[in-house]
Amino acid sequence: MIKVGLMLVFFICCSTGGEIAMTHGMKQVGEPERLRPMALLRFIGKAVANGWVWFAIPLLGASFYSLLILLSWAPLSVVIPASAFNYVVGTFGAKYLLKEQVSSKRWMGVVMVCVGVTLVLFTGKN
Amino acid sequence: MSAAQRLRIKTLSVVLVMVVCANLGDLMLKRGMLQIGAVQISAPGIWHALLSTIHNGTIWLGILFLIGFTFCYMTAVSWADYSYVMPAGAFGYAIQTALAVMILHEAVTTQRWVGVVLIVTGVLLVGQTHPSTTQTKVVGS
Repeated sequence: MIKVGLMLVFFICCSTGGEIAMTHGMKQVGEPERLRPMALLRFIGKAVANGWVWFAIPLLGASFYSLLILLSWAPLSVVIPASAFNYVVGTFGAKYLLKEQVSSKRWMGVVMVCVGVTLVLFTGKN
Repeated sequence: MSAAQRLRIKTLSVVLVMVVCANLGDLMLKRGMLQIGAVQISAPGIWHALLSTIHNGTIWLGILFLIGFTFCYMTAVSWADYSYVMPAGAFGYAIQTALAVMILHEAVTTQRWVGVVLIVTGVLLVGQTHPSTTQTKVVGS
């Protein structure tokens, strides 16, 4: 049980850290001018050259593998509520690290999504 | 149509494609890991699991969908807030439930329906906020 708990903490840290680093990098890259092939190629080229994107990739890779390991160790009813907690941790990260304005309406939505995801995936999987 | 409405429609369209890719990717990964079996935590166990995942076609199909998900995600967060894109992506769980009822004719418990209602309400709440609260720039401008 302790190893599952430690792996869950590792998964949440890697997953949230990776997504926040990726978002920070993509904000530096900027949005594609148009959703057309040449503009998308320029967009991909700039993303590939961004250091934060490269910082995010190993973190997301580690979160991906830790999720695979968790799925092989524990039932979905344990893994998914814990991964749903990512929504709350991620919103804190968005507010304090990415300096996004998280309104009370958005917070309410995030908490509802977190509880909802837990309920949806907690049913009938034990 | 106002610029804010265009931004919202653009963001939610990319999030919708992202959700479809993520759901199909997760499904393939779960199938692949069921084929591989439980991973033993030891150097040879992890090495064996790594080799098994590399040689498993279902895992690769899952990875392909997850690359699609990553591309959509990267595109969406290049202009929209992380705290907007992330919860909006949870809409996939509601779609999964609807598909389970309509296509697989699965029985869905009250608890799960309450969860779906919470997710949909949560996504609607987040969707009403402005998708971008930080400065964004355009590639090529």
